[in-house]
Amino acid sequence: MKTFVYIDHFQGAVQPASWEALALGKSLGAVSAIVFGQGVDAVIKSAFEYGAEEVFVADDPALAEYRAEPYAATLSALAAGHNPNLILFPTTARTRELAAMAAVDLESGVLTDVVGMEVSGDEILATRPIYEGKLLEKTTCGGKIVLATIRARAFPKPAQTLGASGAVNKVEVKAEALSEVKGYAASESAVNLGDASVIVSGGRGVSNNPSLGLEEKETAQKGFELIGELATVLNGAVGASRAAVDAGYIPYAHQVGQTGKVVAPDLYIACGISGAIQHLVGMRNAKVIVAINKDADAPVFQQARYGVVGDLFQMLPVITAAFKKKLGK
Amino acid sequence: MKIIACIKQVPDSEAKVKAEDGRVNWGDAPLVINPFDEYAVEAALQQKEANSGSAVTALCVGPESAKEALKHALAMGADEAILVSDPALESLDTAGAAKVLAAAIQKIGGADMVIFGRQTLDNGAGLTPAQTARVLHFPMLGLAGSIKVEGGSVMVERVIEEGKQTVSAKLPAVLSVVQSIGEPRYPSFMVIRKASKANIPVWALSDLGLAAPSPVVLRRELINPPVAQTSIEIISGETPEAIAETLVEKILAEKVL
Repeated sequence: MKTFVYIDHFQGAVQPASWEALALGKSLGAVSAIVFGQGVDAVIKSAFEYGAEEVFVADDPALAEYRAEPYAATLSALAAGHNPNLILFPTTARTRELAAMAAVDLESGVLTDVVGMEVSGDEILATRPIYEGKLLEKTTCGGKIVLATIRARAFPKPAQTLGASGAVNKVEVKAEALSEVKGYAASESAVNLGDASVIVSGGRGVSNNPSLGLEEKETAQKGFELIGELATVLNGAVGASRAAVDAGYIPYAHQVGQTGKVVAPDLYIACGISGAIQHLVGMRNAKVIVAINKDADAPVFQQARYGVVGDLFQMLPVITAAFKKKLGK
Repeated sequence: MKIIACIKQVPDSEAKVKAEDGRVNWGDAPLVINPFDEYAVEAALQQKEANSGSAVTALCVGPESAKEALKHALAMGADEAILVSDPALESLDTAGAAKVLAAAIQKIGGADMVIFGRQTLDNGAGLTPAQTARVLHFPMLGLAGSIKVEGGSVMVERVIEEGKQTVSAKLPAVLSVVQSIGEPRYPSFMVIRKASKANIPVWALSDLGLAAPSPVVLRRELINPPVAQTSIEIISGETPEAIAETLVEKILAEKVL
């Protein structure tokens, strides 16, 4: 099996699931990395350190900013010239487009959000969630070159071998672009829930504390401050239910669930989240789920490993303090 | 401006979906317009309002029942609706759907802007917008949180993992939109009633001059996910501090940190 792995990065910062894809490719046979951009030497170096045997590089001013069309055309031409069996991508905003377009060019298909992969005979079988994770399907792709995007944290992360290197092959750039990048603003709270190993989430309940005597949104802000403090101690990210996002307590980027991000952290702490099915399918693959809720009948408790029936405003500060003590922070 | 909102019909997100005899069964749950596509219709209507002389067409590939989803788009304010329906389209994959949509868009007479939701609730691959753009040779502006049209160009604020990117392209273009575009408007009862009587044209593959695209992506097996073996342990104690201490010890013993 010959696998190409597209290393997705933004201004040089690699989406970590790219390395997981590299390790998956290696477990199937020979693996080459693909790096596009401008001034990407550091990304190439990391690709070797994470296990690439060779790296295909298009380093060109026309690729300085990711744009779907030139990236897809360059990738399609590279693939058509080398005929790998499989091209793997981490699942990101960019790769969903890029793989989709390359598949049209290559008359093939894309298996997205893959959480498991096996090879039986000549066929690559990918397991992926559908219907918001309510079902799983095993799918295959009849194209000569199979494209697949893997879900973050679904496959093991490779070890990094410092100083590893190999052959760097230049790729011909197809520069024709149909769009222009005018600007960029980092999100006010850089949050990447997909890669987080710990997520502390808040729901409607964060605004439920009449004793503070504050407006609803101010109360919610206090609630999310407490959630943020616990997340910080655990080196985790802050998540939220749709109810909390819809109520304007926190930006959409934090939303976990059907219409937000599907996550699989090692530890998920749900605070004041009742547990609508749409939320539960978004987080039920977490290794350990902890629920803190005033209402002992909240459905979230049916998914949780540990539960605390209590007020998050009362519980979160003491839990944060207890973690600080135990973790020596 | 000619705006086309592409929509799909899916089982309601409250549905209990099960795999049964290799097929997807959603019981008696209603079929609804894909919730993400309501944002596409909303975005299309916002652009119609912002650019005088515009019209919105809602376009859907699906079974006869999908007319209900199109009626929802009409009730929201779309000017017309078209259903592409053909028995030969039953096992369509996303690339096939893109070809059918592109052919339908050409039959409509093209468009200045084709707007999709970011993904569907059923398959959830989120590939169709970019694949339709590729087939049409239109620029793709994905995951737009806001849209502005000016002098034959469109500028969007694209919501990506790392933040927001401003990207522009010449029209015609394909866009996909995210929730920050604004909550979909809720049609009044009177409008819903009127839309329910709408006569929606149905195009078959022969009307598009298209052979049924053969699917490249094929399902081999459908699986009900294993039910998590969680037996909950409710942590209790005399004081919040005692509860917290026990909880923290239990979590640390799981060795997940």
